[in-house]
Amino acid sequence: MNAADTPLLQSTPPQPCRIRTFVRSLRPADEAAYLITLTAAGSIFAITSLVLFELFANSSFSRHKFGWSFLFTQTWDPVAGQFGALPFIYGTVVTSVLALAIAVPMGIGAAIFLAELAPPRVSNALTFLIELLAAVPSVIYGLLGIFILVPILQNYVVPPLQSVLGFTPLFQGPFYGVSYLSAGVVLSVMIVPFIVSVSREILISVPKEQREASLALGATRWQTTWRVVMPYAHKGIYGSIFLALARALGETMAVTMVIGNTPQVKASLLQPGYTIAAVIANEFTEATGDLYLSALIELGLVLFAVTFILNGMARLLILTTSKYSVRS
Amino acid sequence: MINKTWPTFLICVLLLVTSASADVALTGAGATFPYPMYSKWFYAYQKLHPDIQINYQSIGSGGGIKQVTEGTVDFGASDGPMNDTQLQEFQSKRGTPVLHFPTVLGADVPTYNIPGISGELKFTPEALAGIFLGKITKWNDPELVKANPDQKLPAHDLVVVHRSDGSGTTYVWVDYLAKISPEWKQRVGVGTSVNWPVGLGGKGNEGVSGQIKQTAYSIGYVELVYAVQNHLTYGQVKNASGNFVKAELASVTAAAAGAAKSMPDDFRVSITNSPGKSAYPISSFTWLLVPQKIADPAKKKVITDFLHWMLTDGQDLTEALAYARLPKEVQAKELKAISRIQ
Repeated sequence: MNAADTPLLQSTPPQPCRIRTFVRSLRPADEAAYLITLTAAGSIFAITSLVLFELFANSSFSRHKFGWSFLFTQTWDPVAGQFGALPFIYGTVVTSVLALAIAVPMGIGAAIFLAELAPPRVSNALTFLIELLAAVPSVIYGLLGIFILVPILQNYVVPPLQSVLGFTPLFQGPFYGVSYLSAGVVLSVMIVPFIVSVSREILISVPKEQREASLALGATRWQTTWRVVMPYAHKGIYGSIFLALARALGETMAVTMVIGNTPQVKASLLQPGYTIAAVIANEFTEATGDLYLSALIELGLVLFAVTFILNGMARLLILTTSKYSVRS
Repeated sequence: MINKTWPTFLICVLLLVTSASADVALTGAGATFPYPMYSKWFYAYQKLHPDIQINYQSIGSGGGIKQVTEGTVDFGASDGPMNDTQLQEFQSKRGTPVLHFPTVLGADVPTYNIPGISGELKFTPEALAGIFLGKITKWNDPELVKANPDQKLPAHDLVVVHRSDGSGTTYVWVDYLAKISPEWKQRVGVGTSVNWPVGLGGKGNEGVSGQIKQTAYSIGYVELVYAVQNHLTYGQVKNASGNFVKAELASVTAAAAGAAKSMPDDFRVSITNSPGKSAYPISSFTWLLVPQKIADPAKKKVITDFLHWMLTDGQDLTEALAYARLPKEVQAKELKAISRIQ
């Protein structure tokens, strides 16, 4: 190409020639960048579709045998070949929602403090600590859960909780330590770092002018944070919550150690339950027989769908509520 | 530069190739329960034969059966024998039958946490079946009191803990319950995971024992090796001859000896509820799964040599790790069976 170009370039005047070669050198770079990023984005799509396809194809035996009833029945009997996913779906949703209910206020509160109120030195040190939490392996969280959290819940948290809220169905029945509640609390500790660390970065990246303008108009510091900085940063903060939700839905090891692994649907948060990710991890290695394996793979497909639906619902919820926050 | 590095590189490659051809590498996969024993054996065997390498991945019995059937490993390992459908699948996929070789013995023990009681409790088969079926719900149930007249059993609800992950330990426990209780056999059945009538699930032996430690008035089952190594209190169980027996290496081996007379030629036998005065009733073999026909003569030689060594010298290493050794009768029968490998 260079050999062919040189005679042409020589015939043109030097000034525009330089510009032309510069532009020429840019455009292919643009195209290359476009192709590279497209491949990167496309491969994510390809991986997701491949996973979905594999789950769908390998669960055909179980899907044909049980149909939609798989989603609504409660029996999980590998010996008799009866499989129903309801207790697992229920447990997954309950623990994740509970974890978000604890982690979102805590995480966003911490992020606001670290980004807006704390002196930079304190903020950096605390952020480092929080990011350390994210690096702890989940089995450690599970062990801490069973040996430290469960006794604390058993001795100090649940008795007062039951004496105050014991009349509601949420806090009834005997408490053996392992339960939806314990799993939700462990999960919330695991996902808080995601919310804090991402939200803090986003709050910090809000332009200074926004704050200065608000303060100049006579707003207090908190009013500035809540009415100006937060609306500016809300999309990124929601992003951190989705990330946290996805982590909670798919968590296996820590949950299985504190949830009690009992396939049942109980309204009380103090009762043991089971989650989709936990039962797959527990039973897949020793599963023999085509129907059993197929049912476990179908559970994977269900987890995919649950993640999809919960994420969609969270987005919808945020879409409707964020309109209000902009107006106010 | 290039001219200088190429020859050295080639020499390195040649060295690698020649050294690899001198070694024989075997891979196996399967049961987690005998994993400490197997890794000790493979280590000791490798020391005797430095040119042989045996890799073992403890991925679980189900995975071991699957992989040896697919032919992705040279041998499998399982805590439960392969069933007839699995044998047929193996035959049709590999074109040769599979041989079972018992290697060591394991046992399940009932472990419990009752505040105020430190001694060994005695369990009748009826009591264990009743507890795990959810029919016995209090520690002072007459069935438990009758067997433990000298203990003050509390009038407290008991909490049942079982394994949540599929495991050979569960298989042995429910296999025993199915033998002694027709109701269990009909309602629950036998498998590596079952639909438990009652109880909480703990992941692994450590999950079950951790749960029991945390929960007052709880009862569950763990692997004997795990109970011994972690100094857990565990109870005695009444065997088929009516004696209360504590799980120990000798009583577990006695269970295998009791079943040796009726041992089928393919070694696929359950020894739970074994006859014999001193036999511990919740015992089981664990097996290596070897294809009958091994195409590679070098691998065939290594496998047969290893099996021979494992059945003779290797058995002396078992007790240090709290595994029960094979009884003489079974050992002799297996040594003969090695010649079936072609």
